[in-house]
Amino acid sequence: MAYDKFTVLRSTAVPLPTENVDTDQIIPARFLKATEREGFGDNLFRDWRYDVEGNPKKDFVLNDSTYSGKILISGRNFGSGSSREHAVWAIYDYGFRCVVSSFFADIFKNNCLNIGVLPVTVSAEFADKLFAAVQADPATEIEVSIPEQRITLLSTGESESFDINEYKKDNMQNGFDDIDYLLNMSSEIDAFAASK
Amino acid sequence: MEKTTLFDKIWDSHVVKSVPAGPDVFFIDKHFIHEVTSPVAFLNLEKRGIGVKYPEKTIATPDHNVPTVDQDQTIKDKLSRMQVERLRENCKKYGIELHDLGSAHHGIVHVIGPELGVTQPGMTIVCGDSHTSTHGAFGAIAFGIGTSEVEMVLATQCIMQSKAKKMRISVEGELGKGVTSKDIILYIIAKISAAGATGYFVEYAGSAIRNLSMEARMTICNMSIEMGARGGLIAPDETTFNYLEGKRYTPKGEEWDKALAYWKTLKTDEGAVFDKEYHYDAADIEPMITYGTNPGMGIKVVGNIPTTEGMEGSNKTSYLKSLDYMGFAPGESVEGKQVDYVFVGSCTNGRIEDIRSVAEFVKGKRKADNITAWIVPGSREVEKQAHAEGLVKILEDAGFELRQPGCSACLAMNDDKIPSGKLAVSTSNRNFEGRQGPGARTMLASPLTVAAVAITGRVTDPREVFAN
Repeated sequence: MAYDKFTVLRSTAVPLPTENVDTDQIIPARFLKATEREGFGDNLFRDWRYDVEGNPKKDFVLNDSTYSGKILISGRNFGSGSSREHAVWAIYDYGFRCVVSSFFADIFKNNCLNIGVLPVTVSAEFADKLFAAVQADPATEIEVSIPEQRITLLSTGESESFDINEYKKDNMQNGFDDIDYLLNMSSEIDAFAASK
Repeated sequence: MEKTTLFDKIWDSHVVKSVPAGPDVFFIDKHFIHEVTSPVAFLNLEKRGIGVKYPEKTIATPDHNVPTVDQDQTIKDKLSRMQVERLRENCKKYGIELHDLGSAHHGIVHVIGPELGVTQPGMTIVCGDSHTSTHGAFGAIAFGIGTSEVEMVLATQCIMQSKAKKMRISVEGELGKGVTSKDIILYIIAKISAAGATGYFVEYAGSAIRNLSMEARMTICNMSIEMGARGGLIAPDETTFNYLEGKRYTPKGEEWDKALAYWKTLKTDEGAVFDKEYHYDAADIEPMITYGTNPGMGIKVVGNIPTTEGMEGSNKTSYLKSLDYMGFAPGESVEGKQVDYVFVGSCTNGRIEDIRSVAEFVKGKRKADNITAWIVPGSREVEKQAHAEGLVKILEDAGFELRQPGCSACLAMNDDKIPSGKLAVSTSNRNFEGRQGPGARTMLASPLTVAAVAITGRVTDPREVFAN
């Protein structure tokens, strides 16, 4: 369903430098039993965030009140594994609107763009800079601009451009989703189906 | 004429429209749905006030969360029951074919599709499950999608995706004794890493692949996603056609001849260019096992866990975190480690050939006392055949517990969970932290290796048990 428009986001960030974070870590399978898209944020990173008794694990970054914000900076190969869109629902529901990594898994990236979470792929060097800056000063702000296709570390002014195709760029800025587009070409699809 | 790959031929013939500076509007021939990733899609259709465009192109089965005991009774877990009931309601409401619990063709969605002959060469197939790549074994473009895309397919029979880059992985030569298709794919993933094929669609080729049965090819294509690939496929050939002939949904009579003529055109032209190519020698592949928490962390069963030499920064930290979870140390051997559970099943290795190979291996033997052994057929059809061939008796005599079809301990959404801290050697596809239950430790291997582990109670190369 349509989501809030996304043009420019300026926020502090939460650093998670772990590599190969799979969607089973983002939201374990046992929390996929809902029939509605509600409450997934509570179980985001469930088994890293809480122990078996449900007590918060002090060493996990989401339990560290020093860090907050709408941007999650993560290690390489983020979102691998299962295609569960619930992983992105959990990220969105928790309050993140942007995930930054030097490398994303394919299906995860698609799922993000489909529900209005912006995946920003940066160079490994820039990711390291972001981690270092945020860890040194959690009040560090980062700006992500879709019109400019640019991510900027505001404390130093260092920035990097990122890729997003024109179609998705337009969708994100207007809060449109693919179904709106597809429903508008129903007759073309019918003609195609009939020709097969 | 331009030389094209098999992937190009199928992809290009399914593009309804290319959006300028955007993705392709991509037409889907077959859509599989299950109880976990479809309910929100249906809910959104209702919110939008729209229906299902081509209900006959979608097939449903509950598999992810279903219990593997007492399937004839009401599901005890309330949330699982609600998901399954919602699937039934939605299928009824929109006229979608459902293979429900207990029916003759119930099973894991990627097992029943091929069994029914729904999966055919040249098709585009999607499902809200990343192991949809399994169907690529038939020369189809098949891949996993998110729930928003499930909704798109239901509403419009299309999704919007950019075409992937093309990779070919060729494996030539003869496999050694005790080496299976699971070892081939674990070997490939270990070589190119869990992210090594991200952004690509893979074609598997070479004599070692062509010599495989359909079941074995499905195991390979199934795990394409574990190296990040969008999907994987194998050109259809006589093995494919023989498997499909006479299946419930395959064309019959003249229609079959027509289909066959088309299917025979589905191959990569000689001289077609791939964005990336890898070549491996089948003779180099030995029984494989994983030691870490992603499928790229694999070694031969008789090998040693890599040391941290050459690793630094977050790469090293992540590696050590993974080994710490497994309770293993860099540089050590995994052979001989005591194991608690073995699991034979899943969309990777839950087919009749897998069950047959385990049964042949354990025939007349008995599992070790420290092992709990679960065997979960991929479908009712597989279960029926296992009974008919006398395999169930052999397995039960060896101390295996046969359960009813479903995804089961592969992702532990139902009660089939490996307890925290316990070590499982599993024929499934993912060794992620907690995948088989919170705190569970998973090592992935072939059905043969799993059978050997069941007998000795320890991580064992199956060739050793043959020798004895």
